[in-house]
Amino acid sequence: MPSALPLGDPAPSDGALPPTAAAGSAERDFGLYVHIPFCAVRCGYCDFNTYTAAELGGGASQANYAFTVQQELQFAAGALAASGVADRPLSTVFFGGGTPTLLPSADLARVLRTAVDIWGLAPGAEVTIEANPDSVTPESLEELARAGFTRVSFGMQSAVPHVLAVLDRTHSPARVPLAVEWARAAGLKVSLDLIYGTPGEDLQDWRTSLEAALALEPDHLSAYALIIEDGTALARRIRRSQVPMVDDDDHADKYELADTLLKSAGMAWYEVSNWARSGEDQCRHNIAYWKGHDWWGAGPGAHSHIGGTRWWNVKHPAAYAQRLAAGESPAAGREVLDKDARYVEDVLLRIRLADGYPTENLQSPGRRAVAGLIADGLIDPVAAFKGAVILSDRGRLLADGVVRRLLPD
Amino acid sequence: MARTAPVPAATDPAIIRNFCIIAHIDHGKSTLADRMLQLTGVVEQRDMKAQYLDRMDIERERGITIKSQAVRLPWELDGVSYALNMIDTPGHVDFTYEVSRSLAACEGAILLVDAAQGIEAQTLANLYLAMENDLTIIPVLNKIDLPAAQPEKYAAELANLIGGDPEDVLLVSGKTGVGVEALLDKIVRDLPSPVGDASAPARAMIFDSVYDTYRGVVTYVRVVDGQLSPRERIQMMSTRATHELLEIGVSSPEPTPSKGLGVGEVGYLITGVKDVRQSKVGDTVTNFAKPATESLAGYADAKPMVFSGLYPLEGADYPVLRDALEKLMLNDAALVYEPETSAALGFGFRVGFLGLLHLEITRERLEREYNLSLISTAPNVEYEVTLEDKNVVHVTNPSEYPVGKIAEVREPMVSATILAPNEFVGTIMELCQSRRGVMGGMDYLSEDRVEIRYRLPLAEIVFDFFDMLKSRTRGYASLDWKADGDQVADLVKVDIMLQGEQVDAFSAITHRDKAYAYGVMMTGKLRELIPRQQFEVPIQAAIGARIIARENIRAIRKDVLAKCYGGDITRKRKLLEKQKEGKKRMKMVGRVEVPQEAFIAALSSDESKDKAKK
Ligand SMILES: Nc1nc2c(ncn2[C@@H]2O[C@H](COP(=O)(O)OP(=O)(O)OP(=O)(O)O)[C@@H](O)[C@H]2O)c(=O)[nH]1
Ligand SMILES: C[S@@+](CC[C@H](N)C(=O)[O-])C[C@H]1O[C@@H](n2cnc3c(N)ncnc32)[C@H](O)[C@@H]1O
Ligand code: SF4
Ligand SMILES: [Mg+2]
Repeated sequence: MPSALPLGDPAPSDGALPPTAAAGSAERDFGLYVHIPFCAVRCGYCDFNTYTAAELGGGASQANYAFTVQQELQFAAGALAASGVADRPLSTVFFGGGTPTLLPSADLARVLRTAVDIWGLAPGAEVTIEANPDSVTPESLEELARAGFTRVSFGMQSAVPHVLAVLDRTHSPARVPLAVEWARAAGLKVSLDLIYGTPGEDLQDWRTSLEAALALEPDHLSAYALIIEDGTALARRIRRSQVPMVDDDDHADKYELADTLLKSAGMAWYEVSNWARSGEDQCRHNIAYWKGHDWWGAGPGAHSHIGGTRWWNVKHPAAYAQRLAAGESPAAGREVLDKDARYVEDVLLRIRLADGYPTENLQSPGRRAVAGLIADGLIDPVAAFKGAVILSDRGRLLADGVVRRLLPD
Repeated sequence: MARTAPVPAATDPAIIRNFCIIAHIDHGKSTLADRMLQLTGVVEQRDMKAQYLDRMDIERERGITIKSQAVRLPWELDGVSYALNMIDTPGHVDFTYEVSRSLAACEGAILLVDAAQGIEAQTLANLYLAMENDLTIIPVLNKIDLPAAQPEKYAAELANLIGGDPEDVLLVSGKTGVGVEALLDKIVRDLPSPVGDASAPARAMIFDSVYDTYRGVVTYVRVVDGQLSPRERIQMMSTRATHELLEIGVSSPEPTPSKGLGVGEVGYLITGVKDVRQSKVGDTVTNFAKPATESLAGYADAKPMVFSGLYPLEGADYPVLRDALEKLMLNDAALVYEPETSAALGFGFRVGFLGLLHLEITRERLEREYNLSLISTAPNVEYEVTLEDKNVVHVTNPSEYPVGKIAEVREPMVSATILAPNEFVGTIMELCQSRRGVMGGMDYLSEDRVEIRYRLPLAEIVFDFFDMLKSRTRGYASLDWKADGDQVADLVKVDIMLQGEQVDAFSAITHRDKAYAYGVMMTGKLRELIPRQQFEVPIQAAIGARIIARENIRAIRKDVLAKCYGGDITRKRKLLEKQKEGKKRMKMVGRVEVPQEAFIAALSSDESKDKAKK
């Protein structure tokens, strides 16, 4: 079951943005997210806005989807221009899901081409697509690379069959090296997603997964502690005691193991759950989210942010298509962040980055908290003296507590 | 139903019958009252709901009566219309005080006994109170519709207790209404009518005084002599204060203004005073123009038995709590309090209660009616500590316990009556012995039921004793107790420390032999209740400088959401806000965040989790 959208203010049907959103836009980077809300099966832990063919129902189809998204991109161009937002080439593009590669590569290429036609690509732009290991072929990856994608992120999750089974994953471990090899052959950079702390996974299983991932020498790796999302099949199985509950101490052990192994393989953390082979290999699109840059999110349930105004689209693909067919904004709601909310988000997101948060940007309750955070070993003292609040190894695992201490009550 | 109900103020005492329904808790007083309301027609069929007179939310939720309620009912017998004043009373031992006040307004009492349970401890206690007040008793067995009812057996038991013939015990069901008409007839036939001097200056006994937001103080009285009339000036005999009678009337069961109240009548007065202390329970009301010279015998003040500190979770709420207590006291003459401060909890109040249920209900009402979040500290009884220099200190809070130089400590005692099937005598004696009890005697009520009397320290029975008793007797035992002097005891204070810092809310004064058990129990509980923090938290129990128990809360290792993929930043911010809200439900004790629930749960015994009803 996909999770619920936030409650916000109504969004205008012409997509008009407040003047505050446009102010200073010429100086900011601009990115595009395209959501592809389809999956072959729904994994038991996942609450993303995605639909299997059976769940989709009438009123929307995978076949027409590329066309509908192209409509939103045209709508975006008009709405941004009408609101006085600067026209900028795209610094990053990210096709996420769901399973984007469930669509024919030609459809994905078409959507990307439309975006590039409208905004253009900045030099060295990063263009990522998410893929499930079993939804790609050498040919499809080849075609994506040719269309302009530069990077592919595979949902590997684990290399251990019984763990993949609990996660309801459809691919076999052997499929991942193949997919990576094909992506490399096509000239794409490779990122791998792993999940740790799955019920039934022991520390050795997790080591196996990490070593398998590292053996493929990915450019980038994300390791997420499994979250038991409300309303998912996995949450139900846990509630009925069919599988054991995940454990925070186990998560901590596994995080530490990941950090140790990744570091010794030459990968450095740059965000709490993300590691890259070099600075170049960090995911710039995600960094843009965390640093509060501008992006347009296209597709059902996608979130956008332009200069302090956030909005989110209607969730269901049919409702989404209907809005666009009527020439209306697909937004379901929005919020214009005030100064306090922007500060909260800024601290909340940037503290998780390896560059940390500039002490000079902290409001006074935050500044007062710094000494205590050093005393508790949660942040790096030397960096703090130099002007940045940077999480220590222990602090990374306690980041939410650090954020609560930095922010006013 | 009566065709022509007698009119208040013009009712001949000969056709008045005043009675209350007394019983052990849950034996069905309020349900029987429901049937009487229906049969006499004062509550319409469509307005009827179960336990109609239990009006407070708390009463309805818990299914128990806390406040007595008086209602005037018309009833006709042999062509004569009578006015009956019925008072439904609470059954819980904490509210015995309410019962004794109600008894003073009546000539008779219905002693109700559950026909499936038989006589229990509060049956005896309340019967005893009624006899002391010279009331005529009508024994009644209730719930005879239950398959488990044993009317013959318990009728014999009742007859044996109060004298008379088992045949005379009425059988009713408050549920089905069987026997209730006959009971009303019997009330008219058997109960004496009130006697008083109609031409004398008025004397009316205040048996309840309630604060109502809309009407101010509503005073419930029973007129003994003379007459009270609307708009006249009345006088309180203890204080000589005078008030104008803005409204006078009877409850039937809604307040119904009348032309006055005459000899033997029960009703209410409204004078516009805002403070129940100006209209004190036990005081006598008289006519200002023609005052009586001698007041009626009042009641002894309710004596608080247990004390607990009440603290607002948010320090800023202290004034709100102060005002709330003041208002609540208007309604609850048994409540006493004074300000106190605690190192860990800040500013609050030390409040005296009649028992744990009274404490619980008061806290719940404060939280609910005044939108407060409160912490209540471990309940204590009152100790009298004599120092070597002969100074005497009364300690209701462990933190006031003097350090060193103590000559003697005296603790309050109770005499307890326990009723149970005789197979449990051994178990009960074992329990009482372990609670430092001394046996006073034992009697057989019938072949298989005994009454056991013990003298015990109040501190030993007021908290979890009843739950223990119930669980060891499979629910069959019942308990009643009343204050009975004090005794010298070997007591010590056990301190509880979090990260080396003493938390007086968890400290306790215990018998020396039980100090270790308390320390182990409390440190263990706190370890379960306090969430892991960013640092390790040692928990210790100590007597003076000597550590007697310790536990450790390991530092939390993970407090971070993996979920920072994707652009739904709004959700992340909301999540943080929720975390911060959660933190607001925490009380900072030094650097340790202690959830409010920990204070509540740590102070309630495990066995008493479901004590809601007892
Ligand atoms: N079967 C049956 N149940 C009854 C009868 N009378 C009361 N009850 C049930 O017994 C329970 C207690 O009834 P109450 O009328 O609240 O008892 P009470 O004596 O007023 O209780 P307190 O005021 O708390 O002392 C309720 O669940 C009633 O429904 C009866 O005649 N027959
Ligand atoms: C939404 S998925 C899209 C990619 C692709 N469909 C896949 O599953 O491989 C993006 C990543 O989010 C992570 N993810 C999804 N649900 C999660 C959960 N409940 N807990 C932790 N990580 C999760 C997985 O690692 C997944 O690869
Ligand atoms: S494939 Fe990816 S997006 Fe689809 S259900 Fe599984 S985790 Fe979610
Ligand atoms: Mg009742």
